[in-house]
Amino acid sequence: MMNTKKIYLPIVVLFLLLLPPMVGNYWTQVLGNIGIYVMLGIGLNVVVGFAGLLDLGYVAFYAIGAYGYALLASPHFGIHIPFWVMLPGCVALAAGGGALLGIPVLRMRGDYLAIVTLGFGEIIRILLNNLDPLTNGPRGLLRIDAPAMGNFVVNSPFRWYYLIFAGIIFSAFVADRLNNSRIGRAWIAMREDQDAAAVMGINILKYKLLAFTIGASFAGIGGAIFAARQGSIFPENFSLMVSINVLCLIIIGGMGSIPGVILGAVILIGLPEILRGVHQYRMLAFGGLLVAMMIFRPTGFIPSARRKMELRE
Amino acid sequence: MSYLLNPQVIIDQIINGLTIGGIYALIALGYTLVYGILFMINFAHGEIFMFGSFGGFAALTYFVNSGFSDTHPGLSIVAAFLAAMVVSAILGALLERIAYRPLRNAPRLAPLISAIGASIFLQNVMMLIIKARMQVYPDIIQEEFLEFGWFSISYFQLFIISGSVLLMVGLYLFIQKTKTGKAMRAVAEDRDAASLMGIDVNRIILITFVIGSALAAAAGVMVGIYYTQIDHMMGFIPGIKAFTAAVLGGIGNVPGAMLGGYFLGLAEAFGVLFMPAEYKDVIAFGLLVLVLIFRPSGILGEVVSERA
Repeated sequence: MMNTKKIYLPIVVLFLLLLPPMVGNYWTQVLGNIGIYVMLGIGLNVVVGFAGLLDLGYVAFYAIGAYGYALLASPHFGIHIPFWVMLPGCVALAAGGGALLGIPVLRMRGDYLAIVTLGFGEIIRILLNNLDPLTNGPRGLLRIDAPAMGNFVVNSPFRWYYLIFAGIIFSAFVADRLNNSRIGRAWIAMREDQDAAAVMGINILKYKLLAFTIGASFAGIGGAIFAARQGSIFPENFSLMVSINVLCLIIIGGMGSIPGVILGAVILIGLPEILRGVHQYRMLAFGGLLVAMMIFRPTGFIPSARRKMELRE
Repeated sequence: MSYLLNPQVIIDQIINGLTIGGIYALIALGYTLVYGILFMINFAHGEIFMFGSFGGFAALTYFVNSGFSDTHPGLSIVAAFLAAMVVSAILGALLERIAYRPLRNAPRLAPLISAIGASIFLQNVMMLIIKARMQVYPDIIQEEFLEFGWFSISYFQLFIISGSVLLMVGLYLFIQKTKTGKAMRAVAEDRDAASLMGIDVNRIILITFVIGSALAAAAGVMVGIYYTQIDHMMGFIPGIKAFTAAVLGGIGNVPGAMLGGYFLGLAEAFGVLFMPAEYKDVIAFGLLVLVLIFRPSGILGEVVSERA
């Protein structure tokens, strides 16, 4: 397993690095969209896949990251903090949001958790829509600064592609290291049997909070990149559908596995682009696919090795 | 804030709250019945409600076009309700059969995802049918108000309040007095033991979905009559709010869902007196979060063993 991974990984990375010139501007842009969802998927995967906490309000952290950056790097308040300074700031903001949500819901399990997080996501969206003086309401925030290094401004699909690519590599690396760490093992123990894990001396509250906070941080990066890339953001960008899309892509790809997240994002975000001609049927197909997937292949297309072993037992 | 002391405002808001609360309660019953037996959130329940609303819409439109509603307005409304309930009941049964039954013993995440998928699927089916255009409910009866001195109530409100109470009383009697109702309670209590007692568990689960869906359909027609405009996304917000109502009352608990529905309806009706109307939806979600944090078993809920 480890060996094939060692061989394929550099080839895949090299291929992805050379991809944009081959596919041109438009598809590079699409790849960028996919990339942002990959990042969100990696983050939500930490919460749902590793720790087993079903979070349906993940979009809230994405929104916090995006608005955090947009408010402090746009003419709205006339503040222009550089992207590279704001990036850790957005991570901190989103992590704070994760802790804020995490603390009250620590004692909840399963479905209740799903619904409370869903409610939290909706509350954030309604607030963004109505707190006019701060967020400019439905009119959104416009002319958000693009990231720059000296005279080099990240403003073309190609440049964005590589920036997002770097973000994904970083996120994937962190998630992979977490998964194989003491924390990751604690999460998996908690996911499998919370009571047994608690008896084994795992501090459930601490690890749940950690999962929420770390998962949210990834969304913070994703949000900041989204805002800077779009140049303008609106509350509608952060609807429940985003949370559901991210959740679905990690499920379709294979929960707990990072290649799965990438495949899921390609299927979910990329396929609609390919199917543009029949786009009125694509959500229909998408809904049907989710149901069929759960019935016929609940582990997703690329299940994580650990999950595969679990299911075989 | 002097208007808060005005009895007319208070009574108006009580009537509004009871009207919308009755609708929430009817939808909430579907969540609670299913949760009581399967311990799953039927995420597509809002779409069943939406299809019911369109079923009633189709029937009423047919009656208006054929002229039947001019001669028999009352009968056509009753028939529209029945049509809506049949549409939703069939849909609910299909949903259970196709999307949920194969996953009954799967990990808990699987049926939830399947339900989300079904919900997206159904929304888009309706979107293709109506070509994403908002539809206007035919008005068979003119909206009129009954005046009682210093307050008034519209016929629609009176109709919805009494209709929802009637349906709920009917459901309660069904669950408490009939053999099938007894079997439903037995399955909710302990599925395996019920099965050993000779109860056909699959049949009971199917009946539960049918009943919950029919109640949601009634609520759908009521919403159509009351708000006059319906579209394919109409199930989402009422669905979540009704779920909130079910949780407020204690999910799995039938009288709790009714109480939760009215509580939420009244809370929203009075909430808009204190804060801008845009924040109305925040009331429901805020209440939901607060209840789940401080009393997760709900107002009437018994403390169920924590199920992961």
